Amino acid sequence: MGDASRENGTGPVAPRERRRAQSALLQQRLPVVVLCVIGLVAGLALPFLNIAPNRLLSGHASGGQQGVFALLWLVAAAAGGWRGGAVAAVLLALVLPLIAAVDATLLLHHKPPTTRIQLGAGFWVMWLAAALLLLDRLRHVRAGWRAVAWAVVVVSLVVGGWQGVFDDLALVREWQAQRGAFTDALASHVTLSLITLGVALTIGAPLGYLAWRARRAGGTLLSVLAFLQTIPSLALFALLIGPFAWLAREWPALAALGFGGTGAAPAVFALVLYALLPVVRYTVTGLDAVPADTREAARGLGMTRGQLLLRVQLPLGWPVLLAGLRIVAVQTIGLAAVAALIGAGGLGRFVFLGIGQGATDMVLLGTLAIIGLALAADLLFQAMMAATGRRA
Amino acid sequence: MIEFDHVRKAFGDHVVIEDLSLRVEDGEFFVLVGPSGSGKSTLLRTVNRLVPIDGGRVLVDGQDVATQPIEALRRGIGYAIQSVGLFPHRTVAENIAVVPRLLGWPEAEIDARVAELIALLKLDEPGIAGRYPDTLSGGQAQRVGVARALAARPKIVLMDEPFGALDPLTRESLQASVKQIQRETGTTMLFVTHDMDEAFRLGDRVALMLDGRLAQVGTPLALIRSPADERVNEFVGGTRAYLRELAVRRVRDSMRRDEAAEGDAVSPDATLQDALGVMLAERRERLPVQGGGAILLSDIVVRPR
Repeated sequence: MGDASRENGTGPVAPRERRRAQSALLQQRLPVVVLCVIGLVAGLALPFLNIAPNRLLSGHASGGQQGVFALLWLVAAAAGGWRGGAVAAVLLALVLPLIAAVDATLLLHHKPPTTRIQLGAGFWVMWLAAALLLLDRLRHVRAGWRAVAWAVVVVSLVVGGWQGVFDDLALVREWQAQRGAFTDALASHVTLSLITLGVALTIGAPLGYLAWRARRAGGTLLSVLAFLQTIPSLALFALLIGPFAWLAREWPALAALGFGGTGAAPAVFALVLYALLPVVRYTVTGLDAVPADTREAARGLGMTRGQLLLRVQLPLGWPVLLAGLRIVAVQTIGLAAVAALIGAGGLGRFVFLGIGQGATDMVLLGTLAIIGLALAADLLFQAMMAATGRRA
Repeated sequence: MIEFDHVRKAFGDHVVIEDLSLRVEDGEFFVLVGPSGSGKSTLLRTVNRLVPIDGGRVLVDGQDVATQPIEALRRGIGYAIQSVGLFPHRTVAENIAVVPRLLGWPEAEIDARVAELIALLKLDEPGIAGRYPDTLSGGQAQRVGVARALAARPKIVLMDEPFGALDPLTRESLQASVKQIQRETGTTMLFVTHDMDEAFRLGDRVALMLDGRLAQVGTPLALIRSPADERVNEFVGGTRAYLRELAVRRVRDSMRRDEAAEGDAVSPDATLQDALGVMLAERRERLPVQGGGAILLSDIVVRPR
């Protein structure tokens, strides 16, 4: 930078200019420095893998590659200040699981078959740091390249897993042992979330429209919904057992449909209650997004209320509503985990069963799947917003 | 024909229109002028029932608007507003076609009408029909707004300060377009403005509205030359009103056909204001008129129409 201005013939760089350039550079590199320091410390001080005698007992640390990790993070830090930062981050995100897999295979030699090699705190912290580094380095890159970078990471890991590269890690073993149950849980989690989303939209969008038309009543509705949101999810699920059991007793037809104090029905009911606030609020915001003069013109030109809604308000408010649904989807996928407690199934079962048994890998399996599902839903909605965003 | 028959409107305790009766004739360019809060916009909006009235009747072609189906009534009346209110998710062509489409015109007829209006309102920049409102200038957007109001060939058009937010040059150009279209199509126009010059330039008749009442109704010259009372005189501009008169009177009415003069000829349709401007620019006291004859400074000053 100093060279450039000297070439322009402006003489020595003014101190203030130099300071501003330095602070901009620092701001740009600060995340790299912080993340690489975190990675370095985690690599040196935290256990990368744990060796456990079986899936229920906790293990003891195994180490020895501190030198390798130190080298990796120093390289990443050096690359991070330069264009190769993103490539370094991609490699880091791939190399860390690979090291873990190879190590696990070596460690399992001459060990009893029940022995489990668990991923340790060191691995998780470093991997997270690598992912954040990738996120940071991709910030100023075109959307296409961003997608390519993430696809490379995800596809490589999936293909590797398919080929059995990670088979010796406890997490993968756990998955293999529970494959059937896992698929069922994933399916019921998705179903639960989709039904919730559908019902919340069917009820919430008309409620939002009414709340928008009648401002004062709408304010009351929103505060009631906001109050519902403050009830802890665990407590709400428990509170619903009584009324739903009573309903099932009074109307046996409902019970025959699978209605009862526990199960999917009260779970969906509770999840819908939580989803209503964002759906209603974003519907109101979406309707507010239509300029008042556009509405005035539409009415003055002779559109009926229905035509105004379908031809003007819906297309103009749709992006906002979609943004709301994105939040609702992610929130519902997270909350649906708790629904396992009242027998609604879903990935939450893995978490709670795992806690009960003390099987960390089972908890981890459920948690990672929920996070993955939420991320996938988020991406899906982002793609939909990008597709409809330009001309609503 | 629009008829207001003892119309009364109040918002809560605040009376906006008080026992107002007025008749706008077929094919007339009628301007409601007055300060903010005088009730002129409210009166305009009672015609297409955007504002419900508390007393009296509003008649369009002899029929009480209150008895007509509201959407059919509105689709039959053109409507343009100051903020334009184009549909941001629709192209220029789709915006213009809104009312014909609501009325169920055949597509071919709609396309032909849109093309016609684009030419009529001088929107003939290549490709403008497919553009979206956020790419238009303020003047272009209001031209589209006016085209949308005229699209279904309504017999009555309501315009609520449509040019208030435009720069002077764009405004004058649009005023000329609208006046010409109105004259050629014989549309009945009810036009609201707070700009006295605009009112006098456009209106066949002008109504000055003050505090929910009609202070005076008449031709621009009548308001200028014989204001009904002191307040009207004040609004019309006192002695400055005679400068406005120059913008209303035409060269053809004050010229001498049997005389000649040197210099750039002015059109007989030009206003006396234009002619005076040319005289000042060329430092002459007389100018030739296109097609023969001359206009004299002394006649501008003394000879009444």
